[in-house]
Amino acid sequence: MSVLEEVKPMDGAETTVPTLAEATAFVWGEADMLDRLDYKPWLKLWNITGKYIIPTLYGQVDYAEVLNIVYDDQTMREARVRRLLSGFSMSSAPPARTVRTVSRFVVTTAGEGFIELRAAQMLAEYKYGHMRFLPADLRFRLVRGADGGLLIDEKVVTLVNAEDYQFGIGYLL
Amino acid sequence: MSNHDYATLVREDRVHTSLYRDAAIFDEEMDRIFKNTWVWVAHESDLPGKNTFKTSWVGREAVIVTRDRDLKLHVLLNRCRHRAASVCEKKQGKASVFVCPYHGWSYDPDGRLRKVPHVAGYPADFDTSESPLISLRVETYQGMIFATFNQEIEPLETFLGPARKWIDLFMKQGAGYGVKTLGEHKFRFPGNWKIQLENTTDAYHFPIVHKTFLDSLDEDTENVFDVLGQGGWVEDLGNGHSVMVMIPDLIDLEDNLDAPIPERFAELADELRAEGHDDATVRKVVRAVGGSGFNLNLFPNVACSMAFFRVLRPVTVEETEIMHVAIGMDGGPAAGNRMRLRLHEHFQGPMGFGTPDDAEGWERVQRGAAAGTDLWIMLNRGVEAPEGVADAGHNAGDVSAETGMRAAYQQWKRMMAA
Repeated sequence: MSVLEEVKPMDGAETTVPTLAEATAFVWGEADMLDRLDYKPWLKLWNITGKYIIPTLYGQVDYAEVLNIVYDDQTMREARVRRLLSGFSMSSAPPARTVRTVSRFVVTTAGEGFIELRAAQMLAEYKYGHMRFLPADLRFRLVRGADGGLLIDEKVVTLVNAEDYQFGIGYLL
Repeated sequence: MSNHDYATLVREDRVHTSLYRDAAIFDEEMDRIFKNTWVWVAHESDLPGKNTFKTSWVGREAVIVTRDRDLKLHVLLNRCRHRAASVCEKKQGKASVFVCPYHGWSYDPDGRLRKVPHVAGYPADFDTSESPLISLRVETYQGMIFATFNQEIEPLETFLGPARKWIDLFMKQGAGYGVKTLGEHKFRFPGNWKIQLENTTDAYHFPIVHKTFLDSLDEDTENVFDVLGQGGWVEDLGNGHSVMVMIPDLIDLEDNLDAPIPERFAELADELRAEGHDDATVRKVVRAVGGSGFNLNLFPNVACSMAFFRVLRPVTVEETEIMHVAIGMDGGPAAGNRMRLRLHEHFQGPMGFGTPDDAEGWERVQRGAAAGTDLWIMLNRGVEAPEGVADAGHNAGDVSAETGMRAAYQQWKRMMAA
C-alpha cells in the first residue's frame, strides 16, 4: 500500500476536514514522487484548477500580475512534464539527482474539505560534480477530491534566495 | 600578455580557447573592455520618480543607479569614501539619502557627501565636497541607461550607431504606451561570459536546443518559431553590435496591423475588446505582445532579445550571471502585460522551457573547452544573406551565420589590443 492510499479517509468518517497527519503524509508522498521523477502520477495529484507557483520575490502574495519562475495551470503543468520526460531537453536528460525532505509543518487554516499549511523544504541536487542546496518555504492548499483523497489546489515554493540568481533547474521543485 | 598576443588570439573565422579559460585574460577584459566602454546598467522605468534607485554592476564593480530630486540620473560606485563599506544593499526602491552603516557618512542621490558625524574629529580644513561617491558618466537611449568609467569615449548614440534603428524598432512593443520593465529572472552558469554573448545571435542552436520548447507550442506558433526557415539574416552593425532577424514579418510591429489575429491571441483580443479598447488598440497590443522578430546584441553586455532585455555580468572567468528582464507596456492594458508575463515565464528563467537548456549547453561548452592544449573555437559558419535585406555596406550572412559572433570578437580584439 502506498503512503497516499493509506491516508484516504475510511468510509463513514465523520468529517472531511483533513488532519495534519493526512496532509503531511500526502506532501511526503508528493516529495517522494518528485525525487523519483514520477511525474505522470504527480499530475494526478492536482486539482484541475490548481496553480503551481515559484515566485521571483520573497514575500509575494499576488502572483498573477508579476513575473514568477513558474506560474503553471493544468495545461502548463502537463506541457512541463512532457518536456521533462521527453529526453530531448539537455538540462533534464538526465536531470540533476535530487534528495529533498519536507518538514516544519504548520496548519494555517483548515475546514470542510480543505487544509492550508506551511512547511520547509530542504533539497540537495547533484550533477556534473556540483552539489547545490535549494532550501525553500512551501505553502500548500489541499482540497478533498471526489474520491475522498486530497488534491493540490495551490503549491507555492518560495526559494530562500528567490530574488537572487539560480542555476538552471531541470526538474520539479 | 602583450597587445600583439591578444591580437593573435582572434582571427577572422575563429578565436582561441584561452579566451574562455585564462583568468589573466579575464582580468584584462574587465579593465580594457568593461571599464572602457558603455555598459548597460538599468532601464529608466526601474527608476520611476524622484529619489529612486536600483543597484547594478559595471563589470565587477557594484554601482547604484539613482534619480535625484530633479529627475536627473546618476550612476555611483557603491562604496563609502571613508573606509569603503557599501552604502546600499537593497535591490531597488526610494531613497533621498544613502547612509553608510559603518560610521554614518550620508550621501545625496547625486553622490554628494551630505554629512559626516562628529566632524570635529577631522582637521579644520576637511572639505566634504572632496569626497562624493564616485560618479560614472551616464547617458541613455530609448530608456536604456548606460554608464562608463571612461570620460573620453564617444557619446552613447555614436557608439550605438546603426544599432539605434533596431532599438527604435524593438521599443515598438510598447504598443504606443512606452516600454516598462515587469520583473527579472536571474541565473548563472559555470562558464565564460562570451559564451553567452555568442548565443544571442546564434539561430543555429535554436531548433536543436529548444526542441522541447517548440514541441510545447501549437502548430501555428511553432511555425512562427521556425527561425531558420523564414529568410532571416544576421547583420554586423559595427562596434561589436549585431542583429539576428529570425522572423522578418515581426521586424516592424506597427506594420500589418490589419492581418488576422493569430488563434493563440484570440482570447486576449476578446478580453481587450471586453475592456472597451477600440479595434486599432486591440490590434496594436496583440501584434506587439509576443515581441519583435529579432535579437539585437549590443557589445558587451546587453541584448534586446525578441520580448525582453538580456543582460550579462561576468563574475569570474568561469562564471557568468544573466538577467532576463521582462518588459511590457507602460500604462497599457493589464491583460496584455499579464500575457507578456506568462509568455516570458514559458521560455525564460531558471525553470523556463528554454533557458535551462541554454544554460546547460553553455556549461557544456566550458567543460569541453577544458580539453585540448591549442585548439580554437570555430566561428566560420555562414553563407550570403538574402539579397537586399541588410542595410547597404553592412557585412551580413544568412540567419544561421556566425556573423554576429565574429563582429563581437573583432570588437574584443580592437579593445584588447588597443
